[in-house]
Amino acid sequence: MNVKLRVWRQKNNDSEGKFEEYEAKNLNPNMSFLEMMDVVNEDLTNAGEDPVAFAHDCREGICGTCSCMIDGKPHGPETGVATCQTYMRSFKDGDTITVEPFKAEAFPVVKDLVTDRAAFDKIQQAGGFISVRTGSAPDANSIPVGKEVADLAMDAAACIGCGACVAACKNSSAMLFVSAKAGQLNMLPQGKPEKDRRTLAMVAAMDEAGFGNCTNQYECSAACPKLISEEFISKLNRDYIAASVKSVFKAQAL
Amino acid sequence: MKFDSKIPSGPLKDKWKNHIASGKLVNPANKRKYDIIIVGSGLAGASAAATLGELGYKVKCFSFHDSPRRAHSIAAQGGINAAKNYQNDGDSVHRLFYDTIKGGDYRSREANVHRLAEVSVNIIDQCAAQGVPFAREYGGTLANRSFGGAQVSRTFYARGQTGQQLLLGAYSALSRQIGLGTVEMFCNREMLELVVIDGEAKGIITRNLNTGEIERHSAHAVVLGTGGYGNVFNLSTYARNSNATAAWRAYRKGATFANPCYTQIHPTCIPVSGDYQSKLTLMSESLRNDGRIWAPKNRGDKRPPSEIPEEERDYYLERKYPSFGNLAPRDISSRAAKEACDDGRGVGETGLGVYLDFSDAISRLGEDTIRERYGNLFDIYKEITNESAYEVPMRIFPAVHYTMGGLWVDYNLMSNLPGLFVMGEANFSDHGANRLGASALMQGLADGYFVLPYTIPHYLADVPREAAPSTESAEFQEAEEAVRDRTDKFLSNKGSQTVKSFHKRLGDIMWNYCGMARTKEGLEKAIELISQLREEFWQDVRVPGEGKELNQSLEQAGRVGDFLELGELMCRDALTREESCGGHFREEHQYPDGEARRDDENFAHVAAWEFKGDNKIPERHTEALDYEETKFTTRSYK
Amino acid sequence: MNILQILFQTSLGKKYVMAVTGLILVGFIIGHLVGNLQIFFPPDNINAYAHFLQGLGGALWLVRFALLAALILHVYVSIRLVLENKAARGGSGYADQKTLKASYASRTMKYSGPIVFFFILYHLLHFTVRGDFLGATVPETTLADGTPVHDIHSMMVIAFQDVWVSLAYIFSIGLLSVHLSHGLSSMFQSLGLRTRTWSSVLQKAAVVVSVLYFLGNLAIPAAVMAGAVKVQNPDAIVASACAACDACPIAKGLVVVSEEANP
Ligand SMILES: Cc1cc2nc3c(=O)[nH]c(=O)nc-3n(C[C@H](O)[C@H](O)[C@H](O)COP(=O)(O)OP(=O)(O)OC[C@H]3O[C@@H](n4cnc5c(N)ncnc54)[C@H](O)[C@@H]3O)c2cc1C
Ligand code: HEM
Ligand code: HEM
Ligand code: SF4
Ligand code: F3S
Ligand code: FES
Repeated sequence: MNVKLRVWRQKNNDSEGKFEEYEAKNLNPNMSFLEMMDVVNEDLTNAGEDPVAFAHDCREGICGTCSCMIDGKPHGPETGVATCQTYMRSFKDGDTITVEPFKAEAFPVVKDLVTDRAAFDKIQQAGGFISVRTGSAPDANSIPVGKEVADLAMDAAACIGCGACVAACKNSSAMLFVSAKAGQLNMLPQGKPEKDRRTLAMVAAMDEAGFGNCTNQYECSAACPKLISEEFISKLNRDYIAASVKSVFKAQAL
Repeated sequence: MKFDSKIPSGPLKDKWKNHIASGKLVNPANKRKYDIIIVGSGLAGASAAATLGELGYKVKCFSFHDSPRRAHSIAAQGGINAAKNYQNDGDSVHRLFYDTIKGGDYRSREANVHRLAEVSVNIIDQCAAQGVPFAREYGGTLANRSFGGAQVSRTFYARGQTGQQLLLGAYSALSRQIGLGTVEMFCNREMLELVVIDGEAKGIITRNLNTGEIERHSAHAVVLGTGGYGNVFNLSTYARNSNATAAWRAYRKGATFANPCYTQIHPTCIPVSGDYQSKLTLMSESLRNDGRIWAPKNRGDKRPPSEIPEEERDYYLERKYPSFGNLAPRDISSRAAKEACDDGRGVGETGLGVYLDFSDAISRLGEDTIRERYGNLFDIYKEITNESAYEVPMRIFPAVHYTMGGLWVDYNLMSNLPGLFVMGEANFSDHGANRLGASALMQGLADGYFVLPYTIPHYLADVPREAAPSTESAEFQEAEEAVRDRTDKFLSNKGSQTVKSFHKRLGDIMWNYCGMARTKEGLEKAIELISQLREEFWQDVRVPGEGKELNQSLEQAGRVGDFLELGELMCRDALTREESCGGHFREEHQYPDGEARRDDENFAHVAAWEFKGDNKIPERHTEALDYEETKFTTRSYK
Repeated sequence: MNILQILFQTSLGKKYVMAVTGLILVGFIIGHLVGNLQIFFPPDNINAYAHFLQGLGGALWLVRFALLAALILHVYVSIRLVLENKAARGGSGYADQKTLKASYASRTMKYSGPIVFFFILYHLLHFTVRGDFLGATVPETTLADGTPVHDIHSMMVIAFQDVWVSLAYIFSIGLLSVHLSHGLSSMFQSLGLRTRTWSSVLQKAAVVVSVLYFLGNLAIPAAVMAGAVKVQNPDAIVASACAACDACPIAKGLVVVSEEANP
């Protein structure tokens, strides 16, 4: 099969970007989208042009590096997959495919299709952890965790930090990511002691980074390669009310 | 060169305890005065950086990834071993130790392996406390599965994403320290040189992958947790960007490289479908618990599997290894698959594949049970091949998956270069000639959380408590120059062939001559071909773009350049190791029934290679492996 | 952080303000609709009701202030949300962005809202202001017990006899209903009260309520135009008839009909 590509080329965040058109010829439908991009880049290199920069690593949907807006949907037409798990059989022969980077004020473009998602790390550094000194942990079975809770926590923990939620959200809100991260830890008994601090700190860091406000449109969960549910956003809203009230009234344990 | 493994005296089970008890300490007030560079933020790097930062050292952590959370460790699926005996099935530290020694085909250090088994239990406690969502029983206790042919259920897992969850746990600990300011994180930085001052590792040169800036960083000690080198083969289950550059640069600066030829080939991966292929995807080994592996009995049988009658199918693993059957260890199952395909009985359009058949399991347990157990794996398979494994058998083929070899380290994880420490897959120490399933995650975290933090003071305590060496010193100048020259060479070369094309060609050579089965002739040929290819590479490689910006071709060029040297060393090691053991199979050395023949007389040792200069033959040193506790037995899974 | 910072500086705080003010407004409009539906009963009902409201005096103003405050906050925060969210995308935005799941209503809140806002202004001038401050032109009548009251019943009917007025109302109320179809469930999500167990029920309920709300409001102008509800106060009929010709001083409100009508 053959396709036409409209690819966003941008030298860096300061320079203006624009679309370039490329042809990708006699492709195998079982090729992954990124393998198709590899082929295009080989051709560009051989033609003495600058290949298209795109982010990728594991190529099996787990590292969260790949991040292309394909035909207006993060990670391409299929649901519940990352860009690297998108295969050419999802497109028709002769299609024109538009490829853009994930765009958000908090995700500056590095080059072409590569965006800088360090803002996510900042949020994690603010509170995305359970403070436990190495070696100080009690026996693992001394903290029982009901299967249901463990499974829910795992649903949230499946987040690969790709940023598709931000890319898909009309408001560039990072709520799905933050709620998944905070939700996982807030749900587990191990995470309870730091729950309020964590919730306040992570939301503060999220706002600090310049993401938009969630207006409950649920585009994020629809675009999420791990289909993380928006109910974690609801939970974050809930946890944040509790945390705020306690902090406003300086509530003491006793 | 003298190889002192610094294994503590005393009975095996007390070595580690005594070592800690008698070990030197750095007093808390002084820890701040020591800068430690950690290259890598995978399981090993992240856990070490978090722990050392927490202890009070001044840590600088580097990763070429855009976030620590993306390290290749994230891809691990199956699980992590620990001698918890939560299942009450008779597991113990000693049993895990023994299984690992035996699985490694008696080519690993007893003391290291025993220590690994000891700390394995602390790892699970640590991770659970961090909020890693391990699978649980309804009662709330941790669940286990048996994995990789182990006879006890000692594998802890988090769905099919154990590596991801463990890495995110370590990443959260690291993030906490970064937030507290005890660790300074440098993402998008690739280490391109090691700086050695007066014979000791004191710094690194990095390139900022986004801006092209070349930077100098000095410290009192340098720690590498930079992962394995399986991408020498181009096609592997490794993440596309995994590479050996950090380790290789250290090797060229005097650190010895141990057992480079020990590579693990994983039996259950999705076969190659075309030459555009960029990576091979692993299908978790757990599939072998219910799937039956077979190939047609007749050569060139191109009928669809459904039309091949039972009696014309060869369930070769069950035939050859009645007691372990489809659960035979990785190296054995992989080689058996290769034999079938070499014999012209391979399936799929490439003829490089065998069937992993679930029809029996489905009729026995019902499709729902199978879907519940392996649903996500079947989905992955469908997504990639567009075939439903519920209807037709999966096609699988072995693929490069792990490298047991790595930089040589002593019991303290320090290489022969003082001040250079190596952890995780990047070192050679614990898996011998073959790694058991679910043991790499264990080793990475053991090294980072529980070993290095105790052993690094042994070195630091004797390092004068003055500021780390100035980055203006001649050695730093030199190292930076070297990096600049290399980069400029690539960009100004204006050759005619792409980096990828060279990587592909190297991969083919390695796979054909240094893959699952190796011969003297093949290896000699490979060494020849690789050095020619290397020549051609430096003559004719084309690297587009500039150095002062994100330039992925340039990154790849550097990595492939190093692979072209490492590949040759692997072949040399394979050539000189005149025996078959674990992941290293020499066709000359096998029993009549095709089983690997070890030579414990002459090869019960570690081979550590020393760099002698470009295009000079490296020197092979050996460290004898003496076994106090276990006695050599032929690994039999019949 | 103090409570104000949380409510107006943080992204989640702003959502809470939207939700709570939204809830208050919802409470009002539904109560208001119920009140208005009395138009289908004999005039005395609604007139008495209106009279009762007027009678509240201080209390009424309290309620009015509360509503006004809610509306102002709701509008103020919504404007900030819209601006911040636009800024958060930054740069040129996407050349092409699909919509996967977001409902039409959820994407048009920022349009339906303001229109409703202007409707409210118009509506206040149309009825309340005129009724309360230029009371003169509101027809008067007496309840069964003889208390003199504004004849709200006639006022409404007369108003909706004008096709354009009716259409304006129907249009605005349509938009408000769309606004609600998202808002009603959205506010639960914002307050963290939306969970897996009932989110689908909630969504359906929101739509049902919005539709009912629309039909309820639609009924009033529709009934009037269809002639199902007529002015029943003779004076009002005269008044409106006269209002047509400007020769007559009555229409200009120089003379008040009702005083002669009942001595
Ligand atoms: C598909 C797959 C499945 C697996 N499943 C399992 C399993 O089920 N159980 C198990 O025990 N093991 C499993 N393994 C093996 C295991 O995942 C790895 O061996 C282990 O994670 C290696 O961890 P590491 O920290 O040593 O290295 P990595 O995780 O590879 O981390 C390397 C780090 O070093 C950095 N780095 C490398 N070079 C440089 C440089 N030059 N400059 C700067 N930074 C650099 C990288 O950025 C990265 O942060 C699996 C492996 C694969 C490929
Ligand atoms: C009687 C009139 C109104 C009612 C009953 C009402 C009700 C609501 C409700 C319940 C919500 C959902 C809040 C949430 O998602 O948490 C909402 C959201 C919204 N309203 Fe209104 N509203 C009214 C008037 C207005 C006006 C006048 C404007 C603007 C000028 C407006 C703009 C918005 C916007 C932009 C939102 C979306 C914000 C968000 O979802 O976070 N609304 N409204
Ligand atoms: C068919 C629809 C409606 C009719 C017939 C109607 C009728 C009226 C009448 C007669 C009054 C004057 C009451 C008095 O002066 O005592 C009034 C007041 C008011 N209406 Fe409506 N209304 C309608 C819809 C709405 C809607 C949709 C809103 C809001 C979005 C609204 C908001 C108000 C407000 C705020 C007042 C002022 C209340 C007060 O006096 O404090 N109305 N309405
Ligand atoms: S929530 Fe989903 S979309 Fe957002 S970062 Fe995580 S995985 Fe990606
Ligand atoms: S799409 Fe955006 S608006 Fe909220 S629910 Fe998801 S973040
Ligand atoms: S490349 Fe790792 S998720 Fe796509």
